[in-house]
Amino acid sequence: MIAKLAWRNIWFKPLNTLLSIILLASSVAIITVLILLQKQFEEKFSSNIDGVDLVLGAQGSPMQLILSSVYHIDNPTGNISNDSAKVWMNHPFIEKAIPLAFGDNYRGFKIVGTNSDYLEKYKAKIAKGKLFDKNFEVVVGSEVAQKLNLKVGDTFFGSHGDAAEGEVHDHYAYKISGIASPTGTVIDNLILCNIPSVWQMHGTHEEDAENPEQSSTEPSRSEEDEHIHTEACNHDHAQHETDMTLNEPNMEITAVLLKFRNKMGIVMWPRIIAQNTKMQAASPAIEINRLFSLFGIGLKALEYLAYAIMLISGISIFIALYNRLKERKYEFALMRINGASRWQLLSLIMIESLILCFVGFLFGTIFGRFALGFISNSAEDDFKMTFNPIEIVWQKETMLLVATLIVGIIAALIPAIKAYQLNISKTLANA
Amino acid sequence: MLQTKNLTFFYNKDTQFTFPELSCDASKALLITGNSGKGKTTLLHLLAGLLRPKKGEISIENTNISSLSEKQLDQFRGKNIGLILQQSHFIASMTVLENVVLASWLATGKKSVQKAEKLLAELDLVNQKHKLPSQLSIGQQQRVSIARALINEPKLLLADEPTSSLDDENAFKVAELLEKLSKEYKAALVIVTHDSRLKNKFSNQINLN
Repeated sequence: MIAKLAWRNIWFKPLNTLLSIILLASSVAIITVLILLQKQFEEKFSSNIDGVDLVLGAQGSPMQLILSSVYHIDNPTGNISNDSAKVWMNHPFIEKAIPLAFGDNYRGFKIVGTNSDYLEKYKAKIAKGKLFDKNFEVVVGSEVAQKLNLKVGDTFFGSHGDAAEGEVHDHYAYKISGIASPTGTVIDNLILCNIPSVWQMHGTHEEDAENPEQSSTEPSRSEEDEHIHTEACNHDHAQHETDMTLNEPNMEITAVLLKFRNKMGIVMWPRIIAQNTKMQAASPAIEINRLFSLFGIGLKALEYLAYAIMLISGISIFIALYNRLKERKYEFALMRINGASRWQLLSLIMIESLILCFVGFLFGTIFGRFALGFISNSAEDDFKMTFNPIEIVWQKETMLLVATLIVGIIAALIPAIKAYQLNISKTLANA
Repeated sequence: MLQTKNLTFFYNKDTQFTFPELSCDASKALLITGNSGKGKTTLLHLLAGLLRPKKGEISIENTNISSLSEKQLDQFRGKNIGLILQQSHFIASMTVLENVVLASWLATGKKSVQKAEKLLAELDLVNQKHKLPSQLSIGQQQRVSIARALINEPKLLLADEPTSSLDDENAFKVAELLEKLSKEYKAALVIVTHDSRLKNKFSNQINLN
């Protein structure tokens, strides 16, 4: 009955109530989005980093190298010579080296030349079909297969570069040999083939043979060269009766993911490689830490903003309750006359405030998830990265609920104590 | 039923009230008159247990209410004392019927909906029961507070200037109802007023002057 009365009282002044709820809900929504975003973001980033100690790639920004070769959300820094990369890949310090060659895309999904180690690293199994074996056989990631509705045995033409509008390579068709199982990592959004497929598709080894070093340091130029030469390449391919293999000399790859047997190398190699070659070795852990700390400033600012809004909503609830106290003191005196105890009045005000906060929290978590769904959609378009709005981060969200309710209790404290201490006789005598 | 002895109260040294002995039996009415500042409302608050006397005793149904704890007094008041005030106050967010039912719930923990409907019918408020109190006329509001005071069948019905804000017709009607219903519910009725219109209606009177 007290709860019912509290509920009625809340809606007796709907505008006050609405204001308090909107303020609370928006702060809860922001915090919810931050909680989910931060958790899923870090999960996504850290799960992709697993087992990659260093990335070997062309010189340029180390973060760009990491973002492009590990997360596939930026352009590559350029290409490196396969022959010089092999020297480092076969070094005794190395436990595993996974070469990556970026080539084309199919409707915005990157086609990456690599080997079976890449699938193993992400614990991806072949859900249907088999692994790529011959040139131009591909394994598609689970998301790609689902979104483009691809089946084993389908064939398609890739477009050049990483833009879906790129020039179509229609002289060779890719054939789907298998579909990978979902892993929750970048691999779900990739199309994988062997490295010679990428080489053969572009058939530029003759050009590269002339100046392999230069092309590795000037990626934009080499890409232009490729464009110019594609038509000329046609007859070139015709002469290629046999498929290219990994042993082809003077070829290029984009990056190599390195896992060390000897951890010393992780510290030593970045400097050694920078000094002795035209390549660089970047540590994903360091670069991602740097990225998070850059993000962190923004996230922290948003978090403080959300707490400020929560404080304001607490004050708004306090003011609403306190202002109504004056007009409601006769109500309270009356309830006391009818047999209500002091504690019932105190709990009435507390419950009113707590209902407000709980409703605000509820709306906030729901709005927050809608917002995250929205963010997820645009992140998917831009970065092929999705967030799960339905996930519940129990520990942090329970803490948020508790914090919201504490705001409610504090806001109601003074009005509730005033109601508790109400002098009935004086109130009625002055009526 | 109601019995007071040596009742004394003061807010400070300058305003000290010593009240004459009062007694009122069930189904009987007692009119307490007096000019402003003579302690009429103070006496009523003492009888209702809203104030505690500095000296003397108030016994209602053989219970000395000054010996009750704050919590016991809240419960005793809810069950045994019905209070009608000069200006009616209500829970603004609840309907007339809910206001009356709330009074029964606060006192007994049960919701006497049927009894509340019966009382409202007796007070000619059937058509008003689903309205908010603020939508009623002052005369109607006063009758709702009578219903609310009677819902728990109190032993003692206290009325503080129940008619002073009403016109002659409504004042007479309210006085009639109070007398009739206190007899029906076997409650002792104590009216505190300076309204001379009531003086002719009740024979049992005490003047505080």
